[in-house]
Amino acid sequence: MHIDGLTVRFGAFTAVDSVTLEVPPGRIVGLVGESGSGKSSLAKAVCGLVPHTGRVTGASRVQMVFQDPYASLDPRMRVGESVAEALLRMPRQARAAEVERLLGLVSLPAEAAGRYPRELSGGQRQRVAIARALGAEPDLLVADEITSALDVSVQGAVLNLVRSLRDRLGLPILFISHNLAVVRYVCDEVAVMHRGRLVEHGPTEDVVGSPGQDYTRTLLEAVPRLRR
Amino acid sequence: MFRTPAAVAGAVLVAAMVVLAVIGPPIWGEAAEHIDAGAILQGSSAAHPLGTDNLGRDLLARVLVAGRYSLLLALAAALIGATAGIVLGALPSVLPARPARLVTGAVNALVAFPGLLLAMFTAVVAGLGARGAVLGIGAAIAPGFARLTQTLAASVAGADYVSAARMLGVPRRRILARHVLPNIAEPLILHLTQALGGALLGLAGMSFLGLGVQPPSFDWGRLLFDGFGRIYVTPEVALGPALAVALAGIGFNLLGDALARGAARTSAPRTKAVAPESADPGEPEPGAVLDVRDLTVTFPGGVTPVRGVSLSAAPGEIVGLVGESGSGKSLTAAAIGGLVPYPGVVGHARLRLDGRDVAGLSRKELGTSLAMVFQDPMASLNPALKVGGQLAEVAVVHQGATRAEARARAVDRLGHVHLPEPGRQARRHPHELSGGMRQRAVIAMGLMGTPRLIIADEPTTALDVTVQRQILRLLREVTEETGSAVLFISHDIAVVGELCDRVVVMYAGRVVEELPADRLTDGAHPYTRALIASLPDMDTDRSLPLASIPGRQPAPAEVGDGCAFAPRCPLATDACAAGRPPLVEHGPAHRVACWEVTCTSTA
Repeated sequence: MHIDGLTVRFGAFTAVDSVTLEVPPGRIVGLVGESGSGKSSLAKAVCGLVPHTGRVTGASRVQMVFQDPYASLDPRMRVGESVAEALLRMPRQARAAEVERLLGLVSLPAEAAGRYPRELSGGQRQRVAIARALGAEPDLLVADEITSALDVSVQGAVLNLVRSLRDRLGLPILFISHNLAVVRYVCDEVAVMHRGRLVEHGPTEDVVGSPGQDYTRTLLEAVPRLRR
Repeated sequence: MFRTPAAVAGAVLVAAMVVLAVIGPPIWGEAAEHIDAGAILQGSSAAHPLGTDNLGRDLLARVLVAGRYSLLLALAAALIGATAGIVLGALPSVLPARPARLVTGAVNALVAFPGLLLAMFTAVVAGLGARGAVLGIGAAIAPGFARLTQTLAASVAGADYVSAARMLGVPRRRILARHVLPNIAEPLILHLTQALGGALLGLAGMSFLGLGVQPPSFDWGRLLFDGFGRIYVTPEVALGPALAVALAGIGFNLLGDALARGAARTSAPRTKAVAPESADPGEPEPGAVLDVRDLTVTFPGGVTPVRGVSLSAAPGEIVGLVGESGSGKSLTAAAIGGLVPYPGVVGHARLRLDGRDVAGLSRKELGTSLAMVFQDPMASLNPALKVGGQLAEVAVVHQGATRAEARARAVDRLGHVHLPEPGRQARRHPHELSGGMRQRAVIAMGLMGTPRLIIADEPTTALDVTVQRQILRLLREVTEETGSAVLFISHDIAVVGELCDRVVVMYAGRVVEELPADRLTDGAHPYTRALIASLPDMDTDRSLPLASIPGRQPAPAEVGDGCAFAPRCPLATDACAAGRPPLVEHGPAHRVACWEVTCTSTA
């Protein structure tokens, strides 16, 4: 997927200022920045949820996984029905089997299909949201802060799942997060946004190991660390 | 739901109306139609308690019989109004933008139009009689339903699950039918109950105006119309139907109110509160600013999210309280601050602040010696007041300072938390400040008094990492300067490890481990170890999968007798399921509650 000169304006305010970025096949690109840096606006533009100028090519079927798994699943729909919404083009008889396959992809048992979202933990709900997105056979997955509403104890499982999806399906992923430690662990490349502009972009080891910009360095220094 | 007298009255009235509609016509039908030329236009008598009409028919029987027709007409009108209104209100979410705007505009215009006028206009166009009146009242009810549907649908349409469905390419019609309507059905049904009452009154009004039911049919409104001419001679002939209309209308409205209130708040079953586990207060810790022993928070139904928590904090010490959501850490803080929401009950063997029992402190003393900082600074600041004024309020109320003194102190405190140009910031409203500046203002508010304890509940969770760093530094600075203790609550063990002196780990309402923050990585409890292992940091090996804890934390109602962590624990044995391990010493300044850890170390 290529983003070329993408700009998002809300009235006089420029949220994203001519950003050019590429997400290669089978790579996870992390998008980091502080609130108001334009990372979420960029993601929404890529998904076609906000009007923008500039071009997005090579991604015709984009799916997004949202931050809050408590809000992104219809509370009155069983998990199976939610996931099956991605499969409306399939013949009805084939859907149940496909739902089971998708739940299996995110390591959920088949019987989860009959449950309501409130019966699942936050991590399990986020898996359901990912399964639903995969059902649409996306050529790009946008993950917008998908672990920031989760507890640390289940965050690891969701991050492992994201990495395994890349490895098994070759799915390119745009991974948005304000947590640099998470981005460092999950992503192959990191793009840093500041005030609507892309200030640095490169392989994760380079950006984290030897940042080229002062702003990136400030972000890295602010990451809380355990004293060992 | 039917606890209030009004709700009971509503239910009884509606039930009586339904019974009347069923049994009225078969029982009194004949009497209502019986023409008696000898008893024309009589007033109240033993034979005819409500008098007779111009054909000598008994009016009491006619009122009782008219119930069925009146209620059926009202039901028809309300259903017509609800259906038309819901369709009209839902259309904008299915139609393309331009027609959608047109429908919205039309609904807005109709809402502004007086209902009775709309009803009369429709009734005249549709033709005199019951049909016209029902359509008219239906038309009058519809705009309200349309507006309600539109507003509710708009709020659901903004939900993430609707965005997700849209991205999956689910057609608009299906989104409306599967996602929007089921999630707004409840308030619509409640509105329907109240609309029934309204329709009943409206139809009676139409009949009274001569626009509704025409003879020989009759409903309550028609009876009222017929009797009204005689109201100065024999008032009882008009009072009967009027009373029936009023009672039915009141009944439906009361029931609707009760249903709405019941739906808005599902209350927990009432049972007795659980007593604190140990009543023995023991010896208070000397010199401690905060000294809590066996703190318990119970909700009705025996749900106990905080179970016998003991904590202490020395002057100048920052104590971190970590745990997953639902571990009871925030409720522990709320209990110390006296902020547990109703109907929670707080029990404790000892709760002392700066050497004095909290129960004995006045609100003023508590207000100045305890400061609280929450995750959302906007929730602690009144959006309508200027920041400086809000801070000054503290000094005026708690310290009896004059306005000018309080103001000067507010500006001084704002400068103290490193807010640039404090004088200017004091004159601004909270929404004009950034998130980090607001959190500083809240901390400054806490510093207006001389706090002995600052409780900070996830104060940096909503902030960016760089701002988080500044706020943490400020908290440390404030502690060192004032000698107050800080209880710092966070789900982020890295933040706690960086800021705090001592860390208390909570799981399922209990303290499972307590240790110095710089030795967090040497945590002994399997839960603490698992938490640290599952936290990615800047040195995590990227080639290995990240650790995670299988299963989930039990809800407060599910906690059994044994160790709550046992089902997720790699070390668990039969002993763990059978009995709960006590919190015992495990090295200097280190306490842990785990059978496996403490047994192997003593053995």
